[in-house]
Amino acid sequence: MSPSPVFDEMTGPAGGPRPAWAALQAWLDSTPLDLLHRKRGEAEALFRRLGITFYLYGDGAAAERMIPFDVLPRILSAEEWATVERGCIQRVQALNMFLHDIYHDREILRAGKVPADLAIDNDAYRPEMAGVDLPGRVYSHIAGIDIVRTGPDDFFVLEDNLRTPSGVSYMLENRETTMRLFPDLFAGMSVRPVGSYPDRLLQNLRAVAPAGRPDPAVVLLTPGRLNAAYFEHVFLAEQMGVELVEGQDLFVDGGRVFMRTTGGPERVDVIYRRIDDDFLDPLAFDPESVLGVAGLLSVVRSGGVTLANAIGAGVADDKAIYSFVPEIVRFYLGEEPVLANVPSYLLRNPDDCRYVLEHLDELVVKEVHGSGGYGMLIGPKASRAEREAYRQRILADPAAFMAQPTLALSTCPTLVEDGVAPRHVDLRPFVLSGETTSLVPGAFTRVALPEGSLVVNSSQGGGTKDTWVLGE
Amino acid sequence: MLSRSAENLYWMSRYIERAENAARVLDVSYRMSLMPSAAPKESLYWQPAIEIGNDPAAFGAQYGEASQSNVLHFTVLDRANPSSVYSCIRAARENARAERTRISSEMWEALNETWLAIADLDAARLDTWGLRAFFDWVKSRSHLFRGVTVGTALQDDAFHFIRIGTFIERADSTARILDVKYHVLLPSGEEAGGSVDYYQWGALLRSVSAFRAYRNVYRREIAPWRVAELLILYPAFPRSLAACLAEVDRTLGPLAPSERLECVRLAGDLYADLRYGKIDDIFRDGLHEFLEDFIRRNNRLADRLQSDFMMSAVVE
Repeated sequence: MSPSPVFDEMTGPAGGPRPAWAALQAWLDSTPLDLLHRKRGEAEALFRRLGITFYLYGDGAAAERMIPFDVLPRILSAEEWATVERGCIQRVQALNMFLHDIYHDREILRAGKVPADLAIDNDAYRPEMAGVDLPGRVYSHIAGIDIVRTGPDDFFVLEDNLRTPSGVSYMLENRETTMRLFPDLFAGMSVRPVGSYPDRLLQNLRAVAPAGRPDPAVVLLTPGRLNAAYFEHVFLAEQMGVELVEGQDLFVDGGRVFMRTTGGPERVDVIYRRIDDDFLDPLAFDPESVLGVAGLLSVVRSGGVTLANAIGAGVADDKAIYSFVPEIVRFYLGEEPVLANVPSYLLRNPDDCRYVLEHLDELVVKEVHGSGGYGMLIGPKASRAEREAYRQRILADPAAFMAQPTLALSTCPTLVEDGVAPRHVDLRPFVLSGETTSLVPGAFTRVALPEGSLVVNSSQGGGTKDTWVLGE
Repeated sequence: MLSRSAENLYWMSRYIERAENAARVLDVSYRMSLMPSAAPKESLYWQPAIEIGNDPAAFGAQYGEASQSNVLHFTVLDRANPSSVYSCIRAARENARAERTRISSEMWEALNETWLAIADLDAARLDTWGLRAFFDWVKSRSHLFRGVTVGTALQDDAFHFIRIGTFIERADSTARILDVKYHVLLPSGEEAGGSVDYYQWGALLRSVSAFRAYRNVYRREIAPWRVAELLILYPAFPRSLAACLAEVDRTLGPLAPSERLECVRLAGDLYADLRYGKIDDIFRDGLHEFLEDFIRRNNRLADRLQSDFMMSAVVE
């Protein structure tokens, strides 16, 4: 991919708005700027009053912050969404099959389609899960697929998040907010609703309960109120009507998991956990963890409880496995991938490593196991000294890094201090698996607010937008 | 419901009640200090606010003299004092935050707004706010929260634990206020019923919103033993010990499973003493002794509630 002009999602080739955006453009033309600023103030007051906040690490004490919300929605046409939906379902189905395979017969490794060491020697691979049969063979019940766009038809998957992806509460709350702020604009367009997400999630979670549990008890396991995504845990538990539990509320007895209630122990069948594998069970993993439940792994292995997502699902969203996902799709489904990958260089390959070191000023370099936008180098934006320092890190352990070209991420109109201006965005739809694999028509759109910035992570100054998927 | 949820909700309401009671006590101290007959030492009016609180020793160690500004700093602003108004509201809000799925959104918003209004409170802001206005505000936020709770919460187990927290805390507070004020107001060697300052007894009644109630119930001049009777035994006055324990006793009914729990027995026992108690007997045996004993038994009940419902349920 050569550097190309930035694609603005609202603007058509002739300069006017693309069809899906026409109504928004007309509305923007007739709406005074100070009204938009006032609405932004209202939205902020609303979010603060409702306590929609996240915790940010790294400032010494964890600080409670709000993710900035941009009042202007991002719009996807029915056709665009159809592509995204089809591609996401295909990808997640294939990744779940891949996970089942590598924890069982490992056919894909024997067929030589994925290097065995990348899967089996991976830190996220959990030998304890080998041979364990999971209900519905589902490993990633909730997947967040990060997608970027560079042209009208050019969608690329940047990352698969198969462990504990967050952000779905913003998809739902942002919708509530835009409907409240701009009822007329909303009513004038046929925006497909997203509100059924919690119901559908619950339905999928109940579908993967251990056999013989006709009315399974589902709980949401949170690390607690200092977790960055605690608001979302509360929100989802509330919307689904399930208990929000912490590790200390659960215990294992006789091969079953129970929660402590004021009326005595109650059995738990499905745990939607928002805690990383390492902290789930101090007996099996990190013995220092106070967030988990002692003995949980043994109950999972004997089928007494179902975890969503499954232990060990992370092996398939590793940045090293990522470059093989198109091959994984072909291998299990016999189909061509609907959504392309961003071309990547694995620095474990000497040729790739040499190329990357020679082109550091053009590439984005990431840690293979990192997440959240921490510890990455954006070549074109970095200073010479920063690139030099990064080069030393790479030379120390090349296999820990991967690189991708800097993409000209698409932009969407965004309200900034002095008006409406284009800002770069990405897209995270949420894919649910259980009974079936499906998406609600919507997503979490992140926007890089500083002019020219390509980093959309909320931990790095990114904001959010409501995402409107239009009906046929 | 989850044991931890019960505990969080119970403490949420205890903390908001504690903040309200702190504001009440401080309001009285402030009013008294403004009286024309004000004593030369301001600590006379402010020391009781420290005595009533949970940790007088901590104040003494850190602040020394009970001046107005020291007492206000400790009881309102001090982040390190877990019973300061600031800390109580923060703790109530944190407990609510942990249980947002259990409480109505109106309850959460009421507490969250309260917290946001004082999150950066300091001495200068308190001064601008005005002491009387601030105390009134704290009381009204507590009233609002309780009203919103009764008006919007599902009347399930969560609601019952919230109610119990309110009344355990309130009983403790009424007993402490009466105990300390009685000491302060009654000059040494003087018999109960002797001549005491009308303003001061009036202020004590006001601190528990009982001034008008007293007039309506007794239609007589203010006398110490009648004040004590109103605050200890009178069942229709919502801040009396009898009313609080009646509420705890009644609320425990739907919560306790068929087996008999120790907390139910303790609550019933304590309530019976108030329901059938006589003020003459209490004075004969010593009001101070009675109140001290009550505070101890109320605490034991609270501990037992905690172990019966909130830290329980580990199967052997």
